[in-house]
Amino acid sequence: MAERAPLPRGLRIAAPLLVAVLMVAGWHWFVKAYALPPWLVPSPRAVLATLVADRALLAASLWVTLSIALAAFALAVVAGVAIALAFAQSRWIEASFLPYAILLQVTPIVAIAPLIIIWVRDARVALVLCAAVVALFPVISNTTIGLRSVDPGLADLFRLMHASRWQRLTRLQAPSALPYFFAGLRVASGLALIGAVVAEFVAGTGGQGAGLAYQILMAGIQLNVPRLFAALVLIAATGVALFLVVDLCAKALLARWHESELDPARR
Amino acid sequence: MAAEGALAPQREAGREPGERNAIVVARGVTRTYASGTRALDPVSLTIREGEFLTLLGPSGCGKTTLLNLVAGLDAPTEGTIEWWGAPVPPATGDAHRIGCVFQSPTLMPWARVRANVRLPLDLAGAPRAQSDAAVDAALARVGLDGFAGAFPRELSGGMRMRASIARALVTGPSLVLLDEPFGALDEFSRHRMDDELAAWWRDASLTIAFVTHSIAEAVYLSTRIVVMAARPGRVIADVPVDAPWPRGNAFRASPAFAAQCVALSELVARASEGGHG
Repeated sequence: MAERAPLPRGLRIAAPLLVAVLMVAGWHWFVKAYALPPWLVPSPRAVLATLVADRALLAASLWVTLSIALAAFALAVVAGVAIALAFAQSRWIEASFLPYAILLQVTPIVAIAPLIIIWVRDARVALVLCAAVVALFPVISNTTIGLRSVDPGLADLFRLMHASRWQRLTRLQAPSALPYFFAGLRVASGLALIGAVVAEFVAGTGGQGAGLAYQILMAGIQLNVPRLFAALVLIAATGVALFLVVDLCAKALLARWHESELDPARR
Repeated sequence: MAAEGALAPQREAGREPGERNAIVVARGVTRTYASGTRALDPVSLTIREGEFLTLLGPSGCGKTTLLNLVAGLDAPTEGTIEWWGAPVPPATGDAHRIGCVFQSPTLMPWARVRANVRLPLDLAGAPRAQSDAAVDAALARVGLDGFAGAFPRELSGGMRMRASIARALVTGPSLVLLDEPFGALDEFSRHRMDDELAAWWRDASLTIAFVTHSIAEAVYLSTRIVVMAARPGRVIADVPVDAPWPRGNAFRASPAFAAQCVALSELVARASEGGHG
């Protein structure tokens, strides 16, 4: 296995930007070359124009979707860590409840969202719950594995020193779990956003609390394809931004000691 | 279990019996794993205050198993083990009278060297000011004074092992157990660590129980060598090493050193031929 040389920092940012420029240029050329009408495929310029023209509407919707995704993400992290801690305390708890955590994971959110929306009166809370359900499993699963992935030598040492359960958890298991926890967070951040959008599609909440999913739904019905594209661009950008924030946190906490975040080489 | 004539005289030869207090006494301990594998046939072992005892033997002879039993990491299937006259596992306070160094440095990768070395004191709830002084002293002792703020991955293998030893010494233990601590080091570093370990043992009047499969390392360091053989793990001889201290390259080059190495090597070879393996 050849060691892959680390990319210089500038190139790590420039390379994906170059791909974006090429893709937008290709998109532009494609629309121009085949003279596609804007209600079928709008040009990048048309999408940009819509982003500017509809900025008030789109910004309000973006805020709704983002706040739901963030609340769901926070809820999934808190609940996921709590459940993982319970799992790590005893094999009995894990064996008894893990199948139901998996059940929650494999049930499509579109199938349970209507139920949650019926049961929970506040639409915003219902959407947060739906999105949290989607984002929960990777947090549980990764944190549980992390809490178990303790160096056996260190575990022996803690036993020799008569460390209490609490000391073992806070000083040994929690730091050992951090890299796994962050791997789960990366996945969960995207899933929280997907969950927020999908749940809103199912709920179809309009009016004051309309999120980006509602704008996509409406734009589709009205064949306002440039606005549909604009909403998609915003969702994609939000997803990337969420991922980058989680990534920055992981770097800040792991950079000095864990192989996954050693700077500047990403292995 | 035949005593090998001149090679394996009685255990207390060269010392007055009872001169030194027993720290650890193991009586007839065995270890059989759940799978039915017999790791250790009945062994009785006394570790006396001030000695440098080495458990020497080939892989699979149960020397690490025996050390783990002595450390209280594992419980014997039969037999009893006492620390300072009390059965293992003793009260919490006693954990600090024994320091352990494993085959790998087992440092916490997320913690700086200082925090790693302070761990035993932190776990015992020692006040920070007091433990910081102890950590500085332990780091100075192993020659890591300048590296308190480093992370383990920034250190070489030998330096990580020094940090691991500092962690074992920081509580001021009377007995230090070391399980092949320098096995992963190159021979130059290993000789240097051997010399330093001998110096720490002499300066701090420690008692050391050391596990190795290197005959030369055993002869160079020990005041007494317990020779073990494999399949099943058992003790085949108990040999004193009477060379004076400090020992250096002159001792390594001496005929007495070579003779003892050869004798031990033959002893182990004969035991393997005669054994079940």
